[in-house]
Amino acid sequence: MKPAPFDYARARSVEHAVELLGREGARLLAGGQSLIATLNMRLSHPSLLVDINEVAGLDRLARRNGHIEICALVRLAQAERSAELVQAAPLIARALPHIGHPAIRNRGTIGGSIAFADPAAELPACLLALDGEVEIVGPAGKRTVKADDFFQGLFETALGPCDVLIAIRLPAATRDNRVGFAELARRHGDYAMVGLAAAARASGTKLADVRLAFFGVGATPVRARNAEAALAAGDVEAGVKALAQDLGPPDDVLATGAVKKHLAGVLLRRVARQLNEAPP
Amino acid sequence: MSAHEITLTVNGEEVRETVEPRTTLVDFLRDTLGLTGSHVGCEHGVCGACSVRLDGAVVRGCLTLAVQCDGHMVETIEGASDSGALADLQEAFRTRNALQCGYCTPAMLLTAAELLAAGGVPSRAAIREHLSGNYCRCTGYHAIVDAVEAVARARAGATS
Repeated sequence: MKPAPFDYARARSVEHAVELLGREGARLLAGGQSLIATLNMRLSHPSLLVDINEVAGLDRLARRNGHIEICALVRLAQAERSAELVQAAPLIARALPHIGHPAIRNRGTIGGSIAFADPAAELPACLLALDGEVEIVGPAGKRTVKADDFFQGLFETALGPCDVLIAIRLPAATRDNRVGFAELARRHGDYAMVGLAAAARASGTKLADVRLAFFGVGATPVRARNAEAALAAGDVEAGVKALAQDLGPPDDVLATGAVKKHLAGVLLRRVARQLNEAPP
Repeated sequence: MSAHEITLTVNGEEVRETVEPRTTLVDFLRDTLGLTGSHVGCEHGVCGACSVRLDGAVVRGCLTLAVQCDGHMVETIEGASDSGALADLQEAFRTRNALQCGYCTPAMLLTAAELLAAGGVPSRAAIREHLSGNYCRCTGYHAIVDAVEAVARARAGATS
C-alpha cells in the first residue's frame, strides 16, 4: 500500500458530488487512471476522494440536435466500441487507440481525460480541434464552456474545486467534415512527444474552418492559427513554416523544444494529407 | 480516516471485509484474501502485472481501490484458471515457452483472453498492440505472441 491515508465517499448524484467536493481537500475520482497513479506516488494527497463512478446516467453517449454528447463516465473502451461515435466523432475514434493500453481504456473515462487536462493527452486536443464544449455542474448550477476557453494552464481548466464535468458535446460530423490525427510517441500508448488533432470542412477543392490543435508542445493543447490560415489557403509548406510563430514548445523529458518543433512540421504534413481525403 | 465495510464477489464467492480507502484492489486481493496470483509490479499502471477482471473487464489492480469494488464482481487468475476457460491458452504458453519466471504470466493470460474473447484470429500486430500494456522482463514477447496466435487459430478452427 502506497497512498497516504484519505477518506472516501460515494456520490449518489451529481449534486451530491458537488456538495461533497465542498469539503477541505476533496478531489473527484472518476476512472482514476491518472489520479490513483499519483496517489501511489504520493504526488497527490487529498483528504477525501469523491467517487462518481456509481452516479447513474453519466455513462451515456448519444446524438442530439446535430451534436454528439458523451457523458463523463463513458469509458474509453466503451467509446472505442461505439458505432455511433465512429460516425459522429471520427476524430475521437482515431485518437482513442493511442491512449494508454486496453486495460487503461477499460477503466479510464472521457470526462476524466478532459478534466485532468494533461498537456500531452489526446482527447483535450481533439475537443479543441472539434470546437467542442464542456458541460459543468457546480454550486451555482449548470454551465457550458467552449473548448477554447476551457484549457487555461498546466493541468488548469475552467473547472472550479467544487465543479463536476458531466459531459462533452461535439458537433456531429457531416459529409463535408474532414479530420486528421497523428502523434509521435517513443512507445505505443505512451504520452506523445508531439501530437496533432485537426478538423476542417471541405469547401469545393479547398478546406475551410481549419482547426489545428497540437499537444505535447506547451502547458495546454495549442491552436496553430497561422498554420490553420495557410492550410485554408491550400499551402501546406507555408503552414509548416508558420508553426515557427504558432508553437514554442519547451524542452521536456521526452524531447528538446527544437526536436518537437521539427516533429510538429512532420505531423502537419501527414495530417494535411488526411484532411484532404474524403471519408469512405 | 475511517475504514469501510465492503461486500463484493471474488471468483464467484461473496466476500465481506473491512478496508481502508487507500488500499488498492491488488493489495486487498493479495494481503487480505491471500489471492497471490495477481502480482504487484510498478504500482502506477505501467507494467500490467496486477491486471484482474472487474465486472468482466480487465483493469489495473493498482489503479483501482478496493473500496470502489463494493457491490461489484472481481475475478482473478485463480478463478479464471479454475474455471478451465484458460486451459488451452495456458497449455499454449507452456508448450511454446511463453513464460520463464512467470511474474507477468497471470496478467498476460487474462489480457490475452480478453482479446481472444472478441473472436476471430487477430493479426500479430493486433496481438502485440493488445498486450502492449503488459511487460515481460525475461522470456520476451515473441513466444507469447506465438502462443496467443496459435490459440486464436485453434479456436477459430474448432468453431468453423
